[in-house]
Amino acid sequence: MSSVTQQPFRTAVLVLVWGWLLFLVLTPNLLVVGASVMTRDPGSFLSLPLNLDAYRQLMNPLYLDVFLHSLYMAAMTTLICLLIGYPFAWALTKVGKQRQMLLIFLLIVPFWTNSLVRTYALKLLLATNGLLNNALMSLGIIEEPLRMLYTEGAVIVGLVYLLLPFMILPLYAVFDDLREDLLRASHDLGAGRLATFVHVIVPLTLPGVLAGVMLVLLPAMGLFFVPDILGGSRNLLVGNVIKNQFLDARNWPFGAAASIVLTLAMAFLMFAHRLSKRRIGEDGV
Amino acid sequence: MKQTLLSLSNLSKQFDGKTVLDSLDLEILDGEFITLLGPSGCGKTTLLRLMAGFEHPDDGTILLGGQDLTHTPPEKRPLNTVFQNYALFPHMSVFDNVAYGLKMEKRPKEEIRQRVDEALAMVQLEEFARRKPHQLSGGQQQRVAIARAVVKRPKMLLLDEPLSALDYKLRRTMQVELKRLQRELGITFVFVTHDQEEALSMSDRVVVLKDGLIQQLGTPREVYERPANLFTARFVGETNFFPGRIDKANGDDTITVDVFGLKRTFRKPDFPVAAGQPLHVLLRPEDIRVLAPDDDDGVAGKVVERNYKGSTLDSVIHLEDSTEVLASEFFDEDDPTFDYRLGEPVKVSWVDGWEWLLPMESPEAEAEANLDE
Repeated sequence: MSSVTQQPFRTAVLVLVWGWLLFLVLTPNLLVVGASVMTRDPGSFLSLPLNLDAYRQLMNPLYLDVFLHSLYMAAMTTLICLLIGYPFAWALTKVGKQRQMLLIFLLIVPFWTNSLVRTYALKLLLATNGLLNNALMSLGIIEEPLRMLYTEGAVIVGLVYLLLPFMILPLYAVFDDLREDLLRASHDLGAGRLATFVHVIVPLTLPGVLAGVMLVLLPAMGLFFVPDILGGSRNLLVGNVIKNQFLDARNWPFGAAASIVLTLAMAFLMFAHRLSKRRIGEDGV
Repeated sequence: MKQTLLSLSNLSKQFDGKTVLDSLDLEILDGEFITLLGPSGCGKTTLLRLMAGFEHPDDGTILLGGQDLTHTPPEKRPLNTVFQNYALFPHMSVFDNVAYGLKMEKRPKEEIRQRVDEALAMVQLEEFARRKPHQLSGGQQQRVAIARAVVKRPKMLLLDEPLSALDYKLRRTMQVELKRLQRELGITFVFVTHDQEEALSMSDRVVVLKDGLIQQLGTPREVYERPANLFTARFVGETNFFPGRIDKANGDDTITVDVFGLKRTFRKPDFPVAAGQPLHVLLRPEDIRVLAPDDDDGVAGKVVERNYKGSTLDSVIHLEDSTEVLASEFFDEDDPTFDYRLGEPVKVSWVDGWEWLLPMESPEAEAEANLDE
């Protein structure tokens, strides 16, 4: 009865959703795929014939180096986020419910400030005569200012700073779901703390780890403004390469091909995440 | 004579300043099925957790066969627990769940396989070894939890309301199955429940708990027929509390009690009695006899509710002083039309000797008992 009266509304919603996905997700992605197999043209950006030159160019040792270095920095960022985020999220579920909400709120507060602005703020901290160096020198810990800005470390610090909440939030969700009685059962059956951690806690929080990795690793490869501000010319991310190809080198096919590789990597991680969730029976059969 | 397996003495536990267990003493015998029975918040689950080692007592000791376990962590105690919501590891197959405890003992692979197979056969789940817990029904998950706990051959099995999540019929089946397992394995079972019917039908002994104190410890029959106090009487089964007053104590170990103006002669109770003293006369609904209104015996009243239960006819009778009486009568083969009309006048009596007498308690306990009626 109500389904008949709601039919037009239902149709409208479906059209809206599918239209949105079609025009704003599928079409742009198809355009990128299309661009990646076309030929570079100085005048109109793209031209025929179709070819795989852009992908071949990706195999160029120069770009492969950039890609690998970028992957290395992103991986370091992810690892550091995980090492900080895992115990942080665990501890978060141990404090009282009210305190928990406050801490999560504090975690989210920085999002209210534009990340570009926050990255510039970090530059002020790390600069040669910045806050950190001045503080260390006035405390007599160092004689000369340390060179912190425009290093690989600075880029990683910037990425960790921006991306840490994305690691903590999914981890918090899995730790919050971790049932106390499963840990009790493990102890009851003769497992000590370490064995319980390895055999119960790690497997059950793995979906959160993978979700966190997904939310940190790939964005970390794409956040081009962080190396722009903090990293100098040698510490490039794939994001910088893509940006440069589109805006500076005007090599659209190559930029498109690079971003497709990034997307495929993301898809692979999502697939792994799904598998891990299915393993513990969260997605049903 | 059975030997003591676990001996709890002077156990106390507080949470946030609230006393959950208060200097509790309890001896659990080897091979018995003992049930901790009480309403929620009575301390039964805390007591079980102290035995398992998930909590530690503020005071007191826990001895298992003479060995002090008070501060031993759970993984070093030769006891295993069946959890209320089963607590099966969702990422492991049924086989791996059951094998977990043996793997922790670093047993050889072949022995693990054999013992897990045996345990699964015992609970009739051999065919489900490869499944994941979420692919099983509630009753099957329950059986995996039991197999996982007994595969380690513990000295004692602790069961924390293990049947509360199952539906009525399955619960009855599992009750029978648990009893069978306990007989076959010869392991001591400590069973926690708030369901008095379950406690009575399964246990060798029942511990009735309230506010962290043992109210009564005895066989199901003792607890049901001779409750130690108002709380036990009220909590275990349905009971009619009739107000009585002692008329006189007779020489031959009997007393005459005035109940609703009837002078009845009862056996002298264990507590001290004096003429004029008020007391409670307890009668279970099945002890009540409902008589015709013109009968010589009994107190007059009228039927205000009738409840057909299949094997019994349960009725509520209002006496003239508005006391409510619950009666539960078996159907009589010779009287197929046996039934009551609402409002039908009747008389209420009982068989002398089936009553149970309790002294008056503190005003608070009395008020609590009255609330229930």
